Amino acid sequence: MSRHGSILYLDGITVSFDGFKALNNLSLIIGEGEMRAIIGPNGAGKTTMMDVITGKTRPQSGEAVFGAAVDLLTRDETEIARLGIGRKFQRPSVFESHTVWDNVELALAGHRGVAEALFHRLAPQEKQRIEEVLDTVGLLSQGRRLAAHLSHGQKQWLEIGMLLAQEPQLLLVDEPVAGMTDDETAETARLLKRIAGSKAVVVVEHDMSFVRELGVKVTVLHEGAVLAEGPLEQVSAEPRVIEVYLGR
Amino acid sequence: MSRLSLIAAAIILGLALLVPLLNLAVPAEQAFHIPDYLVPLLGKYLCFAILALALDLAWGYCGILSLGHGAFFALGGYAMGMYLMRQIGSRGVYANPVLPDFMVFLNWKELPWYWYGFDMFWFASLMVMLVPGLLAFVFGWFAFRSRVTGVYLSIITQALTYALLLAFFRNDMGFGGNNGLTDFKDILGFSIQAPSTRAALFAATCIVLAAFLLMLRWIVASRLGKVMVAVRDAESRTRFIGYRVEHVKLFAFTLSAVMAGIAGALYVPQVGIINPGEFAPANSIEIVIWTAVGGRGTLVGPIIGAVTVNAGKTYFTAAFPDMWLLVLGALFICVTLFLPRGIVGTLADWLARLPRKAKAGKTPTALPEAAE
Ligand SMILES: Nc1ncnc2c1ncn2[C@@H]1O[C@H](COP(=O)(O)OP(=O)(O)OP(=O)(O)O)[C@@H](O)[C@H]1O
Ligand SMILES: [Mg+2]
Repeated sequence: MSRHGSILYLDGITVSFDGFKALNNLSLIIGEGEMRAIIGPNGAGKTTMMDVITGKTRPQSGEAVFGAAVDLLTRDETEIARLGIGRKFQRPSVFESHTVWDNVELALAGHRGVAEALFHRLAPQEKQRIEEVLDTVGLLSQGRRLAAHLSHGQKQWLEIGMLLAQEPQLLLVDEPVAGMTDDETAETARLLKRIAGSKAVVVVEHDMSFVRELGVKVTVLHEGAVLAEGPLEQVSAEPRVIEVYLGR
Repeated sequence: MSRLSLIAAAIILGLALLVPLLNLAVPAEQAFHIPDYLVPLLGKYLCFAILALALDLAWGYCGILSLGHGAFFALGGYAMGMYLMRQIGSRGVYANPVLPDFMVFLNWKELPWYWYGFDMFWFASLMVMLVPGLLAFVFGWFAFRSRVTGVYLSIITQALTYALLLAFFRNDMGFGGNNGLTDFKDILGFSIQAPSTRAALFAATCIVLAAFLLMLRWIVASRLGKVMVAVRDAESRTRFIGYRVEHVKLFAFTLSAVMAGIAGALYVPQVGIINPGEFAPANSIEIVIWTAVGGRGTLVGPIIGAVTVNAGKTYFTAAFPDMWLLVLGALFICVTLFLPRGIVGTLADWLARLPRKAKAGKTPTALPEAAE
């Protein structure tokens, strides 16, 4: 059970909803700075896995460790976010009645307490950081617009930008290219690749050409457990995987 | 929007001078004279405006739909009423120097412990804020920690005010039961009926309202204010970004309750009575209607809503007494259907669309403080 060098260590995680096992003895290790793609048919448990990591859902059994020795299963969403795990939701979730700029400002690391937030003045380096983030996700010219007025793809990018502003060590990105055009999809792949390296990134996606574009190790989930793991070419050649995707 | 609240604060402060002046200094036969009965009536509207503003902080900005804010208002009112009762001293019907009349009537021999200190204005003022604030804090601490939200939260706030209604109706609670507290004589040594005292109370109400308006303007523009709106719009998202949602809500709810308590304390000397009826669940629902009509999530909206709806109420209950509840209900339905952002919210939307061309010179490339 060597956890050395891993940023995320899941072992034997089981989540059942009224007897139905959404996660079934799931084990997964993500290395520091690694990017991993997770694929699997609908209902495989991908989102539930992210719920467990971020404290939204408590598993019935198993172990979830962040970094060297931080037990995730005893902490709530806020604590886990502050530890440095950021999450992009499957359905784009931004603050619609705030401007793009304010969305990123709110996500900016630090100043989370009530009194702190009340008296906080935006520092020049924070301003610079927000501009940097907006530039990274290609929304620099959109800063003053209300998030509600962004296109679907732009909202996805804004949410990724908010993740970056949090400066997490681990990013969980649930279906970032759902509803995007091909160009936007390719742009998102480039964006995530740029982010990876300094931070570990776990990407859940159904879009195979996008996963191919990422060119990273792939984990296939099925019925709440890992079915296969390896490069995309290798796992997509495995009979079990083909059966899951095409069979029945 | 932020300019609008500055203008409103200036107007309210202007009223603090103008209304007393037109009442006291302009002779009664002149056209601009404000009659004596109107001063406390206007004062009452402004107390309701403070109350609506308080609710707006919790509901409009932080998404906590409290249907029990009347309770905090009434508690503040009772705290002030207790001070006013003790000011009566031996001038009551039974001429007991310490015990209020209703206690003598109930054959009580000594003052209950929780009436101690209310002979001092500073102590009563402290309680005006502390009692509603503490109740809101404890209530909110349990509710927000257990993540009670939406309709469930609204229902338990109704239950809260209803429970207090029942409690305050009881004679043995020591708050005058059914009749409440009334027959006040003076406040800080000034006769409570005197036109000059009423003018001063009106001015004090204006000053408090303007101060709260400016305070909320500052809070709403701060990062905390933005976090509140974030909680309102996407609570779990805010949590996953690393904010303690329950702390943010607790702050908004508690501050809001303190403001409501202060509104109640200003209300009681101007209307001359506080009774358990103020805890009636329907009262709390009316506050929500004022706020919705004026425009929740705006600062000026609740003030306009509270004043117009209550002016309408004064008119209708005199002219067509049976119609008022129907009118109020119809008003609420119409606003919900046709003006979901209320009077001020809708106007602001229009204004935002109009000067688009005039502002076109400023292209949004540079990004200073984006929202205020
Ligand atoms: N709160 C819940 N209560 C009951 N069942 C749930 C709950 N959350 C998820 N499930 C079930 O658990 C299973 C796994 O769901 P999950 O959302 O993790 O799948 P997924 O892999 O993300 O699928 P998709 O690709 O469609 O997003 C599904 O069958 C789902 O219906
Ligand atoms: Mg999913």
